[in-house]
Amino acid sequence: MTDYRQKYQMTPVIGWLLKDRGGMILLGILIAAAILVPASNLLLPESSAFHVPTWMVSLLGKYLCYALLALSVDLIWGFCGILSLGHGAFFALGGYAMGMYLMRQIGDRGVYGDPILPDFMVFLNWQELPWYWHGFDMFWFAIVMAMFVPGLLAFVFGFLAFRSRVTGVYLSIITQAMTYALLLAFFRNDMGFGGNNGLTDFKDLLGYSLQSDGTRAGLFVASCVFLGICYTVARGITQSRLGKVLIAIRDAESRVRFTGYRVEYYKLFVFTVSAVMAGIAGALYVPQVGIINPGEFAPALSIEIVIWVAVGGRGTLYGAVLGAFIVNYAKTFFTGAMPDFWLFFLGGLFIAVTLFLPKGVIGAVPAFGSADRQSLFTTWRKRRANEGGKA
Amino acid sequence: MSEAAAIQKNASDEEQVKSAQSETILYVDGVSVTFDGFRALNNLSFYVEPGELRAIIGPNGAGKTTMMDIITGKTRPDTGDVLFKSEIDLTKLDEAEIANLGIGRKFQKPTVFESHTVFDNLLLACSGGRGVFQALFHRLSDAEKIKIEKTLVTIMLEDKRDEMAANLSHGQKQWLEIGMLLMQEPELLLVDEPVAGMTDSETEETAKLLRSISKEYSVVVVEHDMEFVRDLDCKVTVLHEGSVLAEGRLDHVQKDPRVIEVYLGR
Repeated sequence: MTDYRQKYQMTPVIGWLLKDRGGMILLGILIAAAILVPASNLLLPESSAFHVPTWMVSLLGKYLCYALLALSVDLIWGFCGILSLGHGAFFALGGYAMGMYLMRQIGDRGVYGDPILPDFMVFLNWQELPWYWHGFDMFWFAIVMAMFVPGLLAFVFGFLAFRSRVTGVYLSIITQAMTYALLLAFFRNDMGFGGNNGLTDFKDLLGYSLQSDGTRAGLFVASCVFLGICYTVARGITQSRLGKVLIAIRDAESRVRFTGYRVEYYKLFVFTVSAVMAGIAGALYVPQVGIINPGEFAPALSIEIVIWVAVGGRGTLYGAVLGAFIVNYAKTFFTGAMPDFWLFFLGGLFIAVTLFLPKGVIGAVPAFGSADRQSLFTTWRKRRANEGGKA
Repeated sequence: MSEAAAIQKNASDEEQVKSAQSETILYVDGVSVTFDGFRALNNLSFYVEPGELRAIIGPNGAGKTTMMDIITGKTRPDTGDVLFKSEIDLTKLDEAEIANLGIGRKFQKPTVFESHTVFDNLLLACSGGRGVFQALFHRLSDAEKIKIEKTLVTIMLEDKRDEMAANLSHGQKQWLEIGMLLMQEPELLLVDEPVAGMTDSETEETAKLLRSISKEYSVVVVEHDMEFVRDLDCKVTVLHEGSVLAEGRLDHVQKDPRVIEVYLGR
């Protein structure tokens, strides 16, 4: 142990990355995917057995965005005990920021051919661009806003909630209320975000057509890169003394207060970082699916994110990524094969995980079940051994 | 001692109150607090001198925990003064500010960070930067390491340093929590029922631990267990229905007819 401490004193970042086996595996997979998936899509002929079709590249890219969203929720829920049931709001805001850029990129290629105004504004007889649409013709500005707007909302919301010491179920409920309020607001046509239909019919991104294989591969690579970066940042936070304070807050909030830490500032920090990550996920998601509408604010979606994290394994970060992939793959499969049963399956999955895999799928893998994270298998084996002993 | 306190309490002269304040580390005067019509504290006054070990006893509902809550900023009093080191008004500050002034509090139920090791528990309590960004870029220093090792020895947990706090016994958790208070380098320690649920030998060890700690810090112990209070061998304040009933050495207090009535009348 002392050895360890000395080692990571010298090279902190490399030290904790090496210690983090799950993280190393995740980053390895991301790097491999970022190289192999686009390569096989672009270079191999369609007849090849190893060819990855473009729809698959986009689907995987979408999963990566969900994984990043799940990671952001795990950072606050798994490590600080803040159960946000409104994280979809930050995701959607990031998505809208990117969507606004993509709308401005359409230019005069829209149905009404107005060089400045998006179609829905022309349809509503608007004469000029609302003030908050200015600047979104610049890519860098849209990217900054995709992070800044969710971050600002989380900061203000978190400041008010954490200062008033709203915790537990009450916090979860007001996060639901927040995303629901935004849902209703974005449904309104006079908000200027396309109302019910949202933003769609995107043409290109930085001059590259969104329909081309190359752009889709590029977006896939960007999703891998940002998931990798955000994972490393999140792991850096949880490895630091700040991360230890967060876990301490999760376990015994008042003890932390009486130890002299300002709990509300710590929560505010991690909540804001998490919202920024969710915003990035939304910004990467929109060009890959080609639409953003108020449906993304739906409270049900935010609850689903929590299920991804619970299924994968809360408080591990890589577990959240795994959970997002498992549940969303299942969703893609079930909504195709048996559309009526998807919600039953999702509910059943959540119950099953809560009952049989309290540490998620990751917790059931013995290699990741360390001393304090007893895996399902070891418990099961012990129980069997005990029963055998009695018999 | 109790006579002196009584004189100070009755002093109407401003000068005398001032001089009484200047000698105290904790000055609680005329504090009352009401919860939904229930008067938890009723004109409570007492003083703790620097370097003193003080035991506070009283039947259930006497207001012991409420008193702790007021001193540590969890509850605001309706009326009255609470001064730390004779000049800092604690009723205006919140928990974190009060903790950083040097008042440590141990809860009745042992409260440690269960998913951290004993070492990390002490590290988190270690005095020093409490800011978010200080914590983010914090690196363990040699001075901190030495301090943690020293505390591990004091609280008799040096061989448990890499154990998860969740795996400690009840008594060991209590000691760890006391150790965490020591890491904060407090000037005043408030200890709420430290031996509840402890075995006899653990209780004795704890009394020894608190007596040795009180050589360096002022300590206020709230306790039910009379044997333990006797082991502490210090001045005792008896609370009843939110105010001080008697004050003095334990054998003196135990002879007080009102104390006998309160304790035996129930």
